[in-house]
Formats: sequence, C-alpha cells, structure tokens
Amino acid sequence: MELKRREKDLTVWQKLYIPEIVKGLALTLRTMFKPKVTMEYPEIKFQPPSSYRGRPVLVQEENGVERCVACGLCSRVCPALAIEVQAAETELEKERYPKKFEINMIRCIFCGFCEEVCPEEAIVMSKDYELVFTNREDAIYGKDKLLVPVEKLKDRLEFLRKFK
Amino acid sequence: MNITEIIVVSLIKIVLVIVMILVAVIFLVYFERRISAWIQYRIGPNRVGWKGILQTTADVMKLLLKEDIVPSASNKTLHTLAPIIALFVAFSTYAVIPFGPDVTIFGYQVKLMVADVNIGVLYVLALTSLGVYGITFAGYSSGSKYSLLGGIRSSAQMISYEVSMGFSVAGVLLLSESLNPQKIVLAQSGWMWNAILQPIGFITFVVSAFAETNRLPFDLPEAEPELVGGYHTEYSSMKFAGFFLAEYANMIIASAMITTLYLGGWQIPYIDKLGLGVTLTTLLQVGAFFLKVIFLLFFFIWVRWSIPRFRYDQLMSLGWKVMFPLSIINIIWVACLIMIFNL
Repeated sequence: MELKRREKDLTVWQKLYIPEIVKGLALTLRTMFKPKVTMEYPEIKFQPPSSYRGRPVLVQEENGVERCVACGLCSRVCPALAIEVQAAETELEKERYPKKFEINMIRCIFCGFCEEVCPEEAIVMSKDYELVFTNREDAIYGKDKLLVPVEKLKDRLEFLRKFK
Repeated sequence: MNITEIIVVSLIKIVLVIVMILVAVIFLVYFERRISAWIQYRIGPNRVGWKGILQTTADVMKLLLKEDIVPSASNKTLHTLAPIIALFVAFSTYAVIPFGPDVTIFGYQVKLMVADVNIGVLYVLALTSLGVYGITFAGYSSGSKYSLLGGIRSSAQMISYEVSMGFSVAGVLLLSESLNPQKIVLAQSGWMWNAILQPIGFITFVVSAFAETNRLPFDLPEAEPELVGGYHTEYSSMKFAGFFLAEYANMIIASAMITTLYLGGWQIPYIDKLGLGVTLTTLLQVGAFFLKVIFLLFFFIWVRWSIPRFRYDQLMSLGWKVMFPLSIINIIWVACLIMIFNL
C-alpha cells in the first residue's frame, strides 16, 4: 500500500527552518509599514454604519411629539424586561401616548427586538454607543433621554424600510 | 597613568556604561512595544510624552509605587537575592565589550571598554552561566509551582544552549587566536567578518543567544499562557522591574556580543582608505558599533513578534540534535579554512 503524502510532511527546504523563518520575517516587516487599524478613540470616534445597533431611542416627529402609541409590544417582546411603558390618552389623532417610557440600560441587551416588533417605527436602534452612568438610577433612561428628533435617525429608518 | 588616574578613569567608564544600559533599556522597552504594535496593525503607546517616548518612565514610576509582596511560602533571602543576581550579571557582563578603538583624550590613552581582560570572552560566558542562578533561585524560592517550573525549564534550557554557544565561540577563537574581545574585533578587519567566514557558527551563536536571553521563540521560562509568567510570577514592584531590566540588559549584551564576535565590532570595512581624520574615524567607528547593536536589537524584537514559541521537547531536540552538531561542524569548517588559506 502506498503511503499518502500528507500536507504536514515538510520538504527538505522547509526542514532547514531558516528560509521559512526569513519568509515569516519578511511578512512581519511588510506589515510594519501598512496602515494601522487602531482608532485613537477619544479624538477619533467610530462612525457606525446604519445597520449598527446602538442604544434604542424613541422617534420624535417634527412637531415635537413622539411617534409611540404606547401599545406595549416592545415591553412584551423585550427578552431582558428592560422596557416599561405606561399609556395615557391624548387629544391628538393617535389617541394614546406613553405617559412614562423607561428603558433600563443596565438590562438592555441591544437585541433590537423592540425595533423589529414596533408597528409605528417609533422605537429604533441609534448609533449611540457611549453609554456611561455612575449609579443605577442614572441607568434608567426616561423619555427626556430617549426622545431623538427624526432627522437624526434618517439612516436607520431608511435601513429598516429596505431590509426589515 | 598612576593608580588614582586609573581608578578615576575606570569609575567614569563604569558610570557611563551603566547609565548607557539603563537609558538603552528604557528606549528598548518602548520600541519593543511600538514595533510589536506596528507588526500587529496597531499604533502602540503614543500618549506619554512625545510619541509616547516617556511610557517606560511612567511604567517604572508605577512599579516603584507598588507594594512589594513577598509570598509567605517563599524563602525570603533567595527571593530577594534572585533579582539582584540577575541584575548584577546583566550589568557586569558589559565590562569587557569594546565599543571603539583606543583613543587619546586629554593626553590619556583610553581604551573604550571598562576592563581590557585577556580572557574577556570566557568572562562573558562564565557570567552568563551565572545568570541561570538568578532565574533558578527566583523559581525555587517563590514557593509556587509555576515559578518552579519556569525556573527548572530555564536552567535546562540555558545549560543546553550554552554548550552550542561555547562551541560556536570556539570557531571565532580559532580564527582570532585570542580570547581578548578587542583582539577579536581587530582580527575582523576589512570584510573578514566572522559572520561571513563562518555563517554556520554565526547562526548557531545567534540562536543560542536568543535561548540564553529567554527571548521568543525560546521564552519557555516565562511562557505567559502556561506558566503565568514563569519564574517571576510571585514577584512584584521593583523586584519584578529588576527582572524586566535584566532581561532587556541581557538582550543588549547578547547584541553587543554578536557584534563583537561576528559582525566586526566597531570596525567599518576599509574606512582607513578614505583618509578621514583620526577623531572623525573614531567617532564613525563608535557610531558603527552602536548602529550594529541597534540593528541586532531590532532583529531581536522583530523575531519575537514573527515566530511562535517552541514546544519544550522541540527546544531540547533543537539544542542537542541540531545546534550542537552544527556548532561542531563549524569548528571543522574553520579549521579547514585555516589549513587551506593559512588565515
């Protein structure tokens, strides 16, 4: 029976080590002069693509009212139970609005289910990834922090219409 | 020169050399980090001082302010002694390495080396063997199995590679007919560099030097993933910094030794034919020595970030089955050279 030559059987040239080591050294030397991938963070910030799932935010229309109709679907679907919604009535056409809308950012796992389930495109994932809080109370984001004007979320809304 | 003058000149030279090594180590650590970063598509430390040049200084400051923890299971005397031995060996080896020709300063004939010892090469080999004690003591006295494994590994490794190192040096000694480093340098005038005359010996010596300084691909005594740092696992604060310093100082010494023994030391081929003044020639020659050493240091760092670590059995078989026979073949080769060309 003929023994099959395996890939790991080295040739004499390879067994000499030195040529292979020289090859490796040449590779690392070439790498040294290639452009670096590191971003110098606080000065240069990463600009995420529109598919990026940053912190979830509520869309605020041009007239200053949120799109949300307080149906509570996001709260139901949230696997981490991070969202709390309390509905109330309003004179506007949508009739319902969230009196209280809180996302606990310690619990949020950035899965994007809330955005997927929302019938009004009222809650979307933003590009904001700088989330810092110094105590647990600060980590609960109310409507004041969650409302973001619709112009700032154009990218994401377009992306959702295209791919959702 | 009378005895006072000799003492003063020697003291100046000692202080100069030690300061030189310390400064060099600071820059070496910085460049090691920068070059490793560049090889891995990163930028590396660039915040402290101009382009991060003061990073090492900041690190040393941090280490100085740290608590010095001595494990309760340790042998305290040996635990303290180990980094001192490592440092002592690293610094004292540099005494016999010539970094320029003899010069005349203010009417004094000064040799550009701390001590002109007739058996300089032997002195270096002897002291580097002592360096094993630093690491072995550190491993043994820490009272930790990882440190002990690191210490044992390093003693086995350093002893094995000293054999091939000694045998490759024998080739150099055959050609230069002297153990004096300065004479070895002078024997390599023109392009008669030992690296060109005996390439096999050069390779075995360089590989052994890598193993002796515990650098990758032979850094088994440290082996971060398996031994959690090896012999210096249980060291903290300035004692750890001592080992760190010794490792880098050893790198400098290894580079200086390779330069002296194989790359013509401070010699620039055929510089005397150019007809430059004595002062300029001397300066250029000292510069050439430092350039060679710097290139070798870069090579050390470059190799570290290119080649993965050897397995322990591979290391031993490479040492005894490859490097040892090769260094003996090199002696025969040099002997043939001498026989045929009457060098």
